[in-house]
Amino acid sequence: MIVNQFLVLAAALFSLGVYGVMVRRNAVLVLLSVELMLAAVNINLVAFGAHLQDTLVSGQVFALFVLAVAAAEVGVGLAIIVLIFRNRQSANVDELDLMRW
Amino acid sequence: MDLGAMISEAMDWASDARNVVFLVIALVMVGAAVLVVTSRNVVHAALMLMLTLAGSAGLFLMLGAEFVAWTLVLVYLGAVIVLFLFGIMITRAPTGRDPVRLDHKRRWPAAAVAVATFVTIVSTTTTAFRGAEIGEEVTSTDLLGDVLFTRFVIPFEAVSFLLLAVLIGGIVIARRDPK
Repeated sequence: MIVNQFLVLAAALFSLGVYGVMVRRNAVLVLLSVELMLAAVNINLVAFGAHLQDTLVSGQVFALFVLAVAAAEVGVGLAIIVLIFRNRQSANVDELDLMRW
Repeated sequence: MDLGAMISEAMDWASDARNVVFLVIALVMVGAAVLVVTSRNVVHAALMLMLTLAGSAGLFLMLGAEFVAWTLVLVYLGAVIVLFLFGIMITRAPTGRDPVRLDHKRRWPAAAVAVATFVTIVSTTTTAFRGAEIGEEVTSTDLLGDVLFTRFVIPFEAVSFLLLAVLIGGIVIARRDPK
């Protein structure tokens, strides 16, 4: 196995996540796309860790940190979405124009 | 590099069974990811994200990162997807095929940006790591735990503090205020 195959796969997943964040209207689906981008980052971290083979397994440790922070992001993000839905009866991001100039 | 050399290199690459397994997993992951960003059914999108994350857990197993793979299965396939399904149910997002559109009208500029991102990342990273091989060694959970509680103990504590803050913050944000 070579590093490049994992890099290409992760780049594909990351750009699909970018597309999803830009094109989805529902806030839950935007969060799903962000998760896709974080999964791509994790693949890169573990692949580089397996390539470098350092004594501190930094790639995997950082992948674990990314997992924990992503779980935290989902928790707070969904709480915010539930609050927005309760106030505005809609979770569409293009209707959230309260701070629009 | 001429065409013949590239073809023989590709044949070499495909002759390894692990690379064929990688190819199958990668195709499933990319297909599922495309459905995550295009599916008109919100629940299907969440289930496809689950499939993508399961594929990445399989890749972690191939890379010898067993602890990270099983953590991914526990945290994501177990907990986060359940959270997402709760979020979908609470916000009454359209679960079936609905007349409400889930996508913006202008999706071609977004697709152009995504393709540009892909080309940029691939062209910069793959030329830098051409021919770099990945080792076979499986990282033991023993070593990972040792490193996590010696060298990385302060970031580890910071992450656990963050999770506590998020737990409390999520409750405070989402609860209904008593009148």
